[in-house]
Amino acid sequence: MSDDTLKLDELDRRIVVATQAGLPLVVEPYQHVAEELGTTAEDVMQRMQRMLESGIIRRIGAVPNHYTLGFRGNGMTVWDVPDEKVVEYGEKIGSLDFVSHAYHRPRFLPEWRYNLFAMVHGANRDELKHKIDAIAELLGADNRAHEVLFSTRILKKTGLRLVPGS
Amino acid sequence: MDDIDRSIINNLQGGFPICEHPYAVVAEQLGIDEADLLQRLQQMLEKKQLSRFGPMYHAERLGGGLSLCAMRVPEADFERVTEQVNAFPEVAHNYARDHEFSMWFVLGTETPERIEETCQEIEKVTSYRVYNMPKKQEFFVGLKFEV
Repeated sequence: MSDDTLKLDELDRRIVVATQAGLPLVVEPYQHVAEELGTTAEDVMQRMQRMLESGIIRRIGAVPNHYTLGFRGNGMTVWDVPDEKVVEYGEKIGSLDFVSHAYHRPRFLPEWRYNLFAMVHGANRDELKHKIDAIAELLGADNRAHEVLFSTRILKKTGLRLVPGS
Repeated sequence: MDDIDRSIINNLQGGFPICEHPYAVVAEQLGIDEADLLQRLQQMLEKKQLSRFGPMYHAERLGGGLSLCAMRVPEADFERVTEQVNAFPEVAHNYARDHEFSMWFVLGTETPERIEETCQEIEKVTSYRVYNMPKKQEFFVGLKFEV
């Protein structure tokens, strides 16, 4: 276990369960959560602040839906780059404003050669293609191969169960 | 969607305050009033322009397991395998993609060990290999999506 795994107690976990689908849209949202859990707003705020500082909460805010906001060209791009440069390129690609997530993942040779994944968003497929070209240019000769996988169907979307019993 | 909605989206993807009246604090920064902000957030959620508003938790740091898995499922078997894979409660999202690796799903489990076990169970039920591709590193940004 790494030291960034903060020990959560029962009430922390209940706060996670109570807020993982969203924060109440009322003037005192933390008070609202506190009442639901039978504690004080002060307690909820302290615990959430601690989870934020330790990285258990990544951030608090709005999660935009790319698709309904007009980004109709979305693709999962996968790249085969030299392993020793994957962090350098991951950071560069991850900081592009049309990339929402980038990850280093394992290869499965020979069937799956790609070690860097990036979700790329554009208004349409044409714009997406230009953006993917821009990534290819950034990688130059270190782009040994790449592909774009478009989603054709959502087969399931239920969301994560973050803690036991939730 | 107007300029104020866009400004809410562009400025509120992180950093929402933890204090007694957080919406009032943010509304003041945006130059609108609290009731207007709450109403706009509500509307953007209803129209699904926002998929969520609130804290985003880090699954692994909560002690659970999280992974992206892929399978090579031929068209003829796709419906059957979809049903079998979706029946696992650990499968949070599942997407069909236009590739030989045709099925991509996210596993979320209560313990890290359950990821590998669930993959094996899915392989047993479906008779197809599960390629378990947990992230080795994340290059996370996510705060700069502009509309």
